[in-house]
Parts: sequence; C-alpha cells; structure tokens
Amino acid sequence: MELILSLGIGILVGSGVWLLLRPRTYQIIIGLGLLSYAVNLFIFSAGRLIVGRPPVTQTGVRVDPATFADPVPQALILTAIVIGFATTALFLVILLASRGLTGTDHVDGEESDR
Amino acid sequence: MKLSPEHLVIAPILIPLIAGALQLFLDDRGRKLKASLSILSTVALLAISVLLLRFTHTDDEASGGKIAVYLLGNWPPPFAINLVLDRLSAMMLALTATLALPTLIFSMGRWHKAGVHFHTLFLLLLMGLNGAFLTGDLFNLFVFFEVMLAASYGLVLHGSGLLRVKAGLHYIAINLVASLLFLIGVALIYGVTGTLNMADLAIRIPQINETNQTMLESGAAILSVAFLIKAGMWPLSFWLPETYAVAPAPSAAIFAIMSKVGIYVLLRLALLFFGSDPGFSEGPGAQILLYGGLATIGFGTVGVLASQTLGRFAGFSVLISSGTLLASMGLVQAEVTAGALFYLVSSTLAISALFMLIELVERGQNLAASVLAVTMEAFGYQDEEIENEEIVGVAIPRTIAVLGTCFAACAILLVGLPPLSGFIAKFVILSAIFSPDIASQIDIIPATSWWFMALLILSGLATLIAMSRSGIHAFWAPSVDTTLPRVLFIEIIPVAVLLCTTLVLTIQAGPVMRFMEATAISLHAPQPYIEGVMNAPTMLPPPMEVVE
Repeated sequence: MELILSLGIGILVGSGVWLLLRPRTYQIIIGLGLLSYAVNLFIFSAGRLIVGRPPVTQTGVRVDPATFADPVPQALILTAIVIGFATTALFLVILLASRGLTGTDHVDGEESDR
Repeated sequence: MKLSPEHLVIAPILIPLIAGALQLFLDDRGRKLKASLSILSTVALLAISVLLLRFTHTDDEASGGKIAVYLLGNWPPPFAINLVLDRLSAMMLALTATLALPTLIFSMGRWHKAGVHFHTLFLLLLMGLNGAFLTGDLFNLFVFFEVMLAASYGLVLHGSGLLRVKAGLHYIAINLVASLLFLIGVALIYGVTGTLNMADLAIRIPQINETNQTMLESGAAILSVAFLIKAGMWPLSFWLPETYAVAPAPSAAIFAIMSKVGIYVLLRLALLFFGSDPGFSEGPGAQILLYGGLATIGFGTVGVLASQTLGRFAGFSVLISSGTLLASMGLVQAEVTAGALFYLVSSTLAISALFMLIELVERGQNLAASVLAVTMEAFGYQDEEIENEEIVGVAIPRTIAVLGTCFAACAILLVGLPPLSGFIAKFVILSAIFSPDIASQIDIIPATSWWFMALLILSGLATLIAMSRSGIHAFWAPSVDTTLPRVLFIEIIPVAVLLCTTLVLTIQAGPVMRFMEATAISLHAPQPYIEGVMNAPTMLPPPMEVVE
C-alpha cells in the first residue's frame, strides 16, 4: 500500500509540476489542482498508513492511543481542501478576466515571439 | 467583567473579522458608514495593540518579558489551538495597526471607490496579518497566511485593469505554489515530531533521533522556502516588484508589511526550533539566509537603479529591506537582530509612506514624465508656460512643496542618512557586526561582514541616486504636460503621519532600542517562551473526568 500511495503522489506531483511550467493558464490551473491532490495525500501519509482503526475516541472511556488512527492529519487535509478549493476558484476568475482583457490564454497575457 | 490582557489577545483577530463580515451586509453605496466602521475598528486595533505592547514589555531587565497565552479550546497545551503574545508579536501587531490606520484614511480619498468590498478585504487582510503574528501553532499559521493571501489577491486586483490582472495572475499562481510547499513542510514536520505546537516542537526537535533528522531538516527547508517566497529572497523574488508596483496605492502600502510576515516567521521559527543547539548559527540555514540576503540586497540595488517608474523603484526598495533583514538574521547575533528589528519598523513605515506618496506624485504626470531621465530629454520639449514660470522663478506651488518634502523625508529614511530613523537602524546593525566583544571572541571579522557592510552602504547610495533622479524630475524640473496633482487633504495627512512616526522613532530611539534589544534577547533565548506556553494554565478545570 505504501508503494501505491507513494507512486500515486509522485506521479501527481510530476504531472502537476510539468503542467505548472507550461505557458497556458488552463494548464496552470490543472497543474495546481493535481499538486494540491498530491499534497493532501502527502499530509495523509504523514499520519502513517493505518487501516481499519477509528480516529475518534469514545467519551469517558480510557483508551489506548495506539489502537486509533491519528485524527490530526485528517483535520489538516479537510482544512487544506477547503482553502485550496477557494483559492483555485479565485484563480479561475482571474484566469477568465485575463483571457477577457488580453484575448489570449498565455500566462504573460501575450504570445511569445517564437 | 474587566478585560484582562489575556482576553485582549484574541481581539486583534476578532475585531477585523467581525467588522469585515458586517460590511458584507451593507450596500456598497453606503461608503460613509463602511468607512467609519473600518476606521473605528482600526483605531480599536491600534489602541489594543498599544495596550498589549505595554503588557508584554516591563521595564525590569531580568524578566524575559511577559507572555500571554490564549487557549482557544481551553485544552492544556500542547493540545489544541493557542495564541501566544510576546514582545515580537506585540511589536508586529502595533506596527500593523500603525500602518493600517493611515492607509485606510488614505484610501478614503478615492481608492475605496475603485471597486467593491475594499473595506472587507482590507480588514480581512489585517485579520490574517494579526493572526499570523499571534498564532502559536504551525497549521494555524498556514490558515492565517491563507486568509491574508486571499484578501491580498483581492486587493491587488482592486480597481482592475489589464496590468493588475496580468501581475495578479503571476502573484496568485506563485503564492498558491508557496502555500502547497508550506503544507508539505508542515506535513513532514508533523510526521516526524507528531505535534504542530511551536513551543512543543521546540522541545521535541532536539530529541529527534538520527534517522529522522533528515526528514525534519528537509521539512524545515521546504517550509522556509514558502516564507522566503513571501519575504522575497533573491531567486524567489521576481514576482514582487511588478506586483507591488501595479497594486493600488493603499494596497501596496499595506503590502509593505506583508513581506515582513515571512521575515517574522523565519525569525521566530529558526531561533525557536534550531536556536538551542548551536546547529543553526553554523549550519547551512544561517548561511543560506546570509548569502541569500546579500544577493537580495544586490538584486534590489541593481533594480532600484534600473527602475523606470517610481512604483517599480518602491518594489525594489522592499527587496533591499528584505535582503538586509535576511542577511542580519543569517549572522545570528542578538545585537544584530535588535538592529534588524529597528530597521524592520523604520523601513516598513518608510516604504509604506513611499507607496502612497508615489501615487500622489504620479497623478500629475503623464507617461513621458515617468520615464528614465536620459530617455526623457530625448523627446521632451519645453512647454511654454512652464518655461515662463521657471524664468520668472515663481514660487513652488504648495502641493508640490509638501509632496517634495515628504519625498525627501522618504529618501532620507530609505537611504539611511541622519537625522531620521533609517540612519539609526543601519548604524546599529553595522556597529553590532563590528562590535568589539564579538571581535574579541573571533579574532578576525569574517569577510561576509565586510560584504554585508559594503552592500548595505551601496544599496543606500543607489537608493539616493535613484530617488534624487526621480525627485528632480517630479518636483524640480517637471516636464512636458505636467499638471499639478490634485491632492486631497486626507491623502497627504496619512503620509505625513507615517513619516512623523519615524521621527518619533528617532527621538525616542533610546527606549525603542532597549525594547528591541530585549526582544532580540528573548528571541535568541526562547526558553521563557517555551515554558510560558507549555505551562499556560487552563481557565477552568477540564470539563470531563476520565472514568476508569
């Protein structure tokens, strides 16, 4: 499972970085999307890969923390997803504004000479 | 109930949040109401930050300064979220509020009409800034960073226009990537240490075993890249001058402190996490900061000389300021840090005033006037009217006189000439670098210190050249078609107020410097901070008892 997860993160980051370095705004936003998926998975892996253990404890019962999954990374991911979603939406608006104002989808607002 | 300082700690976050949210319900045409609400909350912020500053700084030398810890969920640390106020945070809060009030007043001249929701965005930016200065754990730092950045995206684009959208696109893309790096760094650090609380991290990091050391260090490195992008260290800073130059004047003025957030975080975390063992001052981190800072000063110096417009000039001044701070941090000496903190306050005030001033000056100019001196003479023809004026020697118009005086004051501050505070700041940094007690420990002064001194002085010279050049063209020999800028009273007053603040800094340099020294010492010996956070008492007994 570790192998699949790390390969998945690696492929996502690789594709994301490649897209990020492309000159079209659409490629940038897809690249950013892929990167943020990769980062979320990465945060998840920071809490160790554990299967079949609950993250929430019962009230009033003394429990052994070792039998539980770490809830903090999951909370972090939720926050990161929300923030990432909002900023991506904002970026999308700027992208459209740039497209409308410059008439091109190049990141610099003008086609390069080549 | 009497509000104790412990409860006031959260006010700098709550006030702008509530005031900003309330304004969403108001119609955008009711600007008077909105503006007065914003002014009111900023005044409150200023008052509270001064109170907090006085709370943290007690005059007796022995104590490490008071630390107020606000436990949001009333969980005992290191669990859950907490806010921590110490001297450095209180100083940054006060600086933010000092900048915010004049900037807001300035924007009421005309900028807040240039687009929707200016006041909400502005207040949310303040909330993000204050939160970033107060927070005691890494993940909330990320959250407040994002609040700050999201608001800043809106403020860069305020007033719209082609240039702003183009620069905004780059700015947002770069900052989104920086945020992702931030998250990766946080995840790595959490994966190794199992905590996000800064004080707890400071305790656990020295105990990390050998195998995890690399993970931790790479996490810290990735994290600091995110902050260095924000602070604008040289290879990561190409977005900065353009964005700051095209941002509307009040936004740019408050952005002057935004790049200092990166500096603040680096200063706090580097010394807190790696300060206790000698690793930081000798390890690669300090070297990178030092050389990166020197490169940034160099880049900023070249940029200042090459700038064709005043806006870009101010953008590069931000870089020089950041570079100086980064290089001083790289030296890891408490005395240098104290000077750097003084420089931080002084240069932030000066740059902020400069951004507002530039907008006022450029208002009267056409494109030709803002082009480089040499190019200008090539296609400049003398307007008859102006020529007559010059021959007769008509008195300089009052507006120009006031603007010119402010411009000169900004120049003196940025260059670091006496008598204003810029001089004191640079003097303290330089004298600390070459101070005798340091020199006696290490026989020779390292070459980098000489480089630092040379670059610091050179950057001042370059700033002086660039500012005299543009000053002559803006005020002394205004060229083709220059009309007198129409400046409102409430637009020039904020600039003057900011400059007067630096005058106060100069006159009160003694007490201010003592404060900075105390701050620097407590930064370099963070034990009271760590203990203060870890031993913070909860308000009530915990709500539930664990049953066997």
